[in-house]
Amino acid sequence: MSRVQHATRSSQIGVALIAVALVVLALAPFWAERATLRLLAEIFTFVALASLWNLLAGYAGLVSVGQQAFVGLGGYFLFALVVLLDAHPVAAIFIAGPVGALVAVPVAALVFRLRGAYFAIGTWVVAEVFRLLASQVSVLGGGSGISLPAGAVIAMAASRQMREFEIYWLALALTALVLAAMVALLRSRHGLALTAIRDNELAAQSNGIDVWRIKFVVYVLTAFGTTMIGALIFLTKLRISPETAFSVNDWTAFVIFITVIGGIGRIEGPIIGTIVFFVLRQALADLGSFYMLMMGVVAIVVMLWAPKGLWGLIAERFGWQALPLQRHLLLAPRDSGAKL
Amino acid sequence: MQWGNVIIQGVLIGGLYAMFAAGLSLIFGVMRLVNIAHGDLIVLAAYVALMVRQALGIDPLTSLILVTPIMAAIGYALQRGLLNRTLGDDLLPPLLVTFGLSVIIQNGLLELFTADSRRLQAGAIEIQTFQVAEGLWIGVLPFIQFAVAVIVIAALQSLFYRTPLGRAFRATSDDQAVAQLMGLDTRHVFAMAMALSLAVIAIAGVFLAVRANFDPAIGPARLIFGFEAVIIGGLGNMWGTLAGGIILGVSQAIGAQIDPGWQLLAGHIVFLAILAVRPQGLFPKVSG
Amino acid sequence: MPDPLLEVRGIDVFYGDFQALFGVLLCVNAGEVVTVIGANGAGKSTLLKSIAGLMPLGRGDILFDGARISAAAAFDVVKRGIALVPEGRRLFPSLTVEENLLIGGQSRRPGPWTLKRVYELFPVLAERRRLPAPALSGGQQQMAAIARALMSNPRLLLCDEISLGLAPIVVRDIYERLPAIVAEGLSLIVVEQDIAQALKAARQVYCLQEGRIALQGQAGELTRESISAAYFGV
Repeated sequence: MSRVQHATRSSQIGVALIAVALVVLALAPFWAERATLRLLAEIFTFVALASLWNLLAGYAGLVSVGQQAFVGLGGYFLFALVVLLDAHPVAAIFIAGPVGALVAVPVAALVFRLRGAYFAIGTWVVAEVFRLLASQVSVLGGGSGISLPAGAVIAMAASRQMREFEIYWLALALTALVLAAMVALLRSRHGLALTAIRDNELAAQSNGIDVWRIKFVVYVLTAFGTTMIGALIFLTKLRISPETAFSVNDWTAFVIFITVIGGIGRIEGPIIGTIVFFVLRQALADLGSFYMLMMGVVAIVVMLWAPKGLWGLIAERFGWQALPLQRHLLLAPRDSGAKL
Repeated sequence: MQWGNVIIQGVLIGGLYAMFAAGLSLIFGVMRLVNIAHGDLIVLAAYVALMVRQALGIDPLTSLILVTPIMAAIGYALQRGLLNRTLGDDLLPPLLVTFGLSVIIQNGLLELFTADSRRLQAGAIEIQTFQVAEGLWIGVLPFIQFAVAVIVIAALQSLFYRTPLGRAFRATSDDQAVAQLMGLDTRHVFAMAMALSLAVIAIAGVFLAVRANFDPAIGPARLIFGFEAVIIGGLGNMWGTLAGGIILGVSQAIGAQIDPGWQLLAGHIVFLAILAVRPQGLFPKVSG
Repeated sequence: MPDPLLEVRGIDVFYGDFQALFGVLLCVNAGEVVTVIGANGAGKSTLLKSIAGLMPLGRGDILFDGARISAAAAFDVVKRGIALVPEGRRLFPSLTVEENLLIGGQSRRPGPWTLKRVYELFPVLAERRRLPAPALSGGQQQMAAIARALMSNPRLLLCDEISLGLAPIVVRDIYERLPAIVAEGLSLIVVEQDIAQALKAARQVYCLQEGRIALQGQAGELTRESISAAYFGV
């Protein structure tokens, strides 16, 4: 019987490397310093955020500059549950996902009325509304924000070291989950439709793909993931304020730059992009706003002259893929007797 | 007549919002480009006015004579040198490049001028008012700004529909290839459109600088106000954009009156409500 | 013999990897009407677009009035005196009839074609000058498209399938005005699927078949059989 094969030689190597990396990273609390653990956790969350943005923009063609709405929503939801209902922080993270998805439904109903760049600005407006609403909620600190109560912090784990391990493993686990979910989605029938939309939306539509519905589902799923990651981020920070929760710079600009530089529309792109981004940050950290300026210039240069990003350049050159996502049709041998 | 004055103030600032919007919708109409850096360019204009003032000591309204051509030249160069390369069927490049531009401008201004709040002094005219009815006062400066906004929009309409340049804009927007057959260098046409947009931005920027405190970070909010005015008013109609700006300004003014923290929120909510109920805007252009 | 006004010297034209024209040779002398006929997809429109500067040449040269225009951009070509009436009319929908004509005159060269002269040739356009272009009938739009091209005062007019989608009586009406255009000193390349009209209007005939010139000659001398054979490739 004919079947579809996803793996290629390079993807088999890629999967093996990723498996090894996962094991090494899972054991990091035992070989890495405290500062390194924090940095790694930060890297994981950005990989997750960028991958989710990539799914939205690179595959579904929905360029959102308002994902910070869900990052902040996740953060504030966590703080609300912990501060007002005494909930366990980790539980709150996992409840945040479905809540984010629920909120995304009416938001999508609104912003989907806009197209293209107007859609983008629309998502930004929604984020602004969330920010302004958060400033009005005085029980959660209003405009100046609030810190996580000590009791909740201790509820996570007894010692500070265990808490940091817990947060690290959570970051790793959530990121791995997000990536695994994306690979599963892209390998499925819906993923095929998404890839078709990525390549040529009009053609996809005329082939009977319900583009609108797929975009809607992707938007809601992305919100699910982004909200959870947002909750984790602010659990790590131990403090939230409307400005930090809904910051365009932190949660959108960096994410966009990471994805553009790494490669839009490929799942490996955000991973490469995040690594490059953090290497640059370590090297140029002291330069403040000049650093952001440089990122903007690099993003523009990449967008114009290497629109498929770094991974795009490498993958096209060598025909690689790190994860088994391609589709090769393996035809059955001729004497199988199967008639078409 | 508390509410009367509130509404008047809202209407007058609506003129400024309409100017923010005019440049944005001009570019969208001619080349289907939405410039995410639009708001930051308004702020850039404000800083250019600041520099002109510091160098020459002239008052802000006179400085427009210099600021406008400077910004127009920047617009021409920007389109010709950078943004023309992003035009095409793909939606990502113009969006992401103008987003990158927005970050560059904001941080560039931050490096050059720091995050300190600035203001452009216009002298006595800032606090002058005149009375129109019992208990109703209109600020002279806001009134002038509104009047200029109306004049600018009328001028743009006139340019678009009565001049060869406007014809070139409309033809190029309709059909780029055939426009070239008419002898139009579309690279130049697009650059002229951007230059015009930045000229309007220059005026808006100077008015912004006189009216309120500004710093490098306030760009995105201006973009959003302009965008909301366009959507409320309806795409493709400049006078609709003026109406949209007024509605936005009045909503914000009413919101602020109820509670100062509600000013921006009120505007956004009205925008979202119109998006929900009448997404094509209140006065959209009828023909396709 | 004076040099030809237009010389197409063995051009190859590509759409990406697909080759649309193979070594096409063509000449137009001053004051001449040349027709290029061929089936759908033969490459006729591609040929005109290449001359007009809308498509880059893969190989070969185009000379106009002795000067190389092979690399010239479209907006440059029209300034030199070649105007294209595009396939499907393609008037600007946002402009009125008169505005379409005016923009045709954006890069006007010195010459007899003014708004007044063009309205004399096509009176129906004068009646409808203030209407938006899409309000015109197919035949009127075709006249407007020709008038728009004339407004630049070209020396060579390229007409791409002006009979497309029009009733025979309308087509005849339009073709009856072509001699007046030629009388003012223009040369024409008329690209057509409608062979009958084309052969009546033109002196020189070229037949394109799958990107190659399959037949060339004087209109009066070619036989029906040879034209059919070249057209259909049998």
